[in-house]
Amino acid sequence: MIAALNARNLLISALLTFLVLLPVYANLSGNYFLLTLFTRILILALAATSLNLILGYGGMVSFGHAAYLGIGGYAIGILASEGVTSGFVQWPVALAVSALAALVIGLLCLRTRGVYFIMITLAFAQMIYYLGAGLARYGGDDGLTIQRRSQFGSWLNLSNKTVFYYVCLALLLATIYFVWRLVNSRFGMVIQGARSNERRMRSIGFPTVRYRLTCFVIAGTLCGLSGALLANHTDFVSPAMMYWTRSGDLIVMVVLGGMASSFGPLIGAVALLVLEEALSGITEYWQIILGPLLLLVVLFARRGIDGLLDAAAFPRVSPTKPLEAKVGRG
Amino acid sequence: MIYFIEQCLNGLQLGMMLFLLAAGLTLIFGIMDLVNLAHGSLYMVGAYFAATFVAWTDNFLFGAALALAATLLVGMAVEVVAMRRLYGRDHLDHVLGTFGLILFFNELVRLLWGPAGMTLSLPAWLNVAVPLLPDLYYPLYRIVIIAATVMVALFLYGLVMRTRLGMLIRAGASNREMVGALGINITLLYTLVFGLGAALAGLAGLMQAPILTVQIGMGENILIVAFVVIVIGGIGSIRGAFVASLFVGMVDTIGRAFFPDLLRLVLARDAAATAAPAMSSMLIYVLMAAVLVLRPEGLFPVSNR
Repeated sequence: MIAALNARNLLISALLTFLVLLPVYANLSGNYFLLTLFTRILILALAATSLNLILGYGGMVSFGHAAYLGIGGYAIGILASEGVTSGFVQWPVALAVSALAALVIGLLCLRTRGVYFIMITLAFAQMIYYLGAGLARYGGDDGLTIQRRSQFGSWLNLSNKTVFYYVCLALLLATIYFVWRLVNSRFGMVIQGARSNERRMRSIGFPTVRYRLTCFVIAGTLCGLSGALLANHTDFVSPAMMYWTRSGDLIVMVVLGGMASSFGPLIGAVALLVLEEALSGITEYWQIILGPLLLLVVLFARRGIDGLLDAAAFPRVSPTKPLEAKVGRG
Repeated sequence: MIYFIEQCLNGLQLGMMLFLLAAGLTLIFGIMDLVNLAHGSLYMVGAYFAATFVAWTDNFLFGAALALAATLLVGMAVEVVAMRRLYGRDHLDHVLGTFGLILFFNELVRLLWGPAGMTLSLPAWLNVAVPLLPDLYYPLYRIVIIAATVMVALFLYGLVMRTRLGMLIRAGASNREMVGALGINITLLYTLVFGLGAALAGLAGLMQAPILTVQIGMGENILIVAFVVIVIGGIGSIRGAFVASLFVGMVDTIGRAFFPDLLRLVLARDAAATAAPAMSSMLIYVLMAAVLVLRPEGLFPVSNR
């Protein structure tokens, strides 16, 4: 089927065009502020995309996803401070450590359901936060400055803002594509089936816990990648990267953009961070506006921006919600 | 030995504080099926109210009573304005909505009281140490906290198990529609329960205020520990919350006091000194993981859900 010319596709095409052309504008005008802001947005959108895989498609409400952001970041930071600056070593290590952490955390957390799962993922993330704060050798609470960004030989210089931006954009798009392929594969169908009705999936004969754990590890690894990028972006890692409000921000991005939609997390990340930037320009107390706004989104725009676009595209569709997973029951 | 007893008492006191928070959380979850992240905000609000009212009235007890009443009212207002609309939604909605409330409350407090923290000093008659044993002097105020919380726990037990209101609360927890159908104003009941939970959080905040600095975000870290408590205790169970609070309070305090020494037995001195602070703050999470492996529903699972 030819992609329909609806509001959603228009928005996504416009957004992607903007993202691709932004560095051109920045280099022409010399205004690098937007480039830095959007590099950050792309990195966090990658983290949100990975969260969407388990939260949106898998129905696993992880409130500790920022932990992997920190783990990936710290892997880069610690290796760099020990003198290992090659990206070919740093990045695989960052991914492997994140995957391992996700495996251990997932193994324990996936024993539980619903609200227990929310609280336990939160608690484990907090534990890793304290671990980071306790690493006295690597800066403890104050964090760790990274002297040199990951080195990928002479052909890829991450210190160049434009190059780094395109690396982030490429990795983000690759991740979105990968997640899209994944959730539409047989594996993804099992994951989505387990979200809708786990007992039924089990009785058909799928070992759902194993599938969910795999999904959880993939999401953790992808988020570790985002952490590695973030560390390179800020040249700094600190426990604040994985503070629980960051996990909350990631959930907000996913829900704001639209759960279980491919580009939802990107739209959500752009919307949230641009909104933050705009509000903080208006008033110092911008969270006093953002907080109630989130509440309103929850109450009245449950399916996020993606859902609003759907409503715009199909105004006559009856207001009954589509099959929506009851997250966290059972 | 004296040091050990002192640390046990500190652990007891921390456990009691956690109980006040966890009881409110678990009550609200058990009855309204609501995950309330903003519970820590009410704790913070209670502490700020206490610092303000005590400064105004120049009387510790009177100021504390005013603060408690004010937190109760704030809690009920939050329920009427926001929480009420979240009942029956799924837990993700609760998380997001109350996350928004946290941002709102933190910023509101910054707006009203300014970014600097406040201090609340104890009146002279409370600010003394009493001899419990020969050689063991313990701050009277901490003993007052422990005693007050035990009284609150008994009061809660009496309220929930022995009064008509408690009967309705228990009935509401097991079958909301049925209670409503029998002509009970369930909306009002929920507002009262939420207010009660808020008052418990406020009480914890105001009692903790003289010990810690009153500052923005003070409720968040202790809230996460309170989550650990109710996960260990079994969500929805007040008895479980009580046992788990004591357990977590003790493990955390005694762990911080003695874990570094224990670690020194196995590790080299400087390695132990580096690892100890991180590892002792991780202890309660390891405890939680252990409980979950053995009993995924907590120590006192609530069976009627």
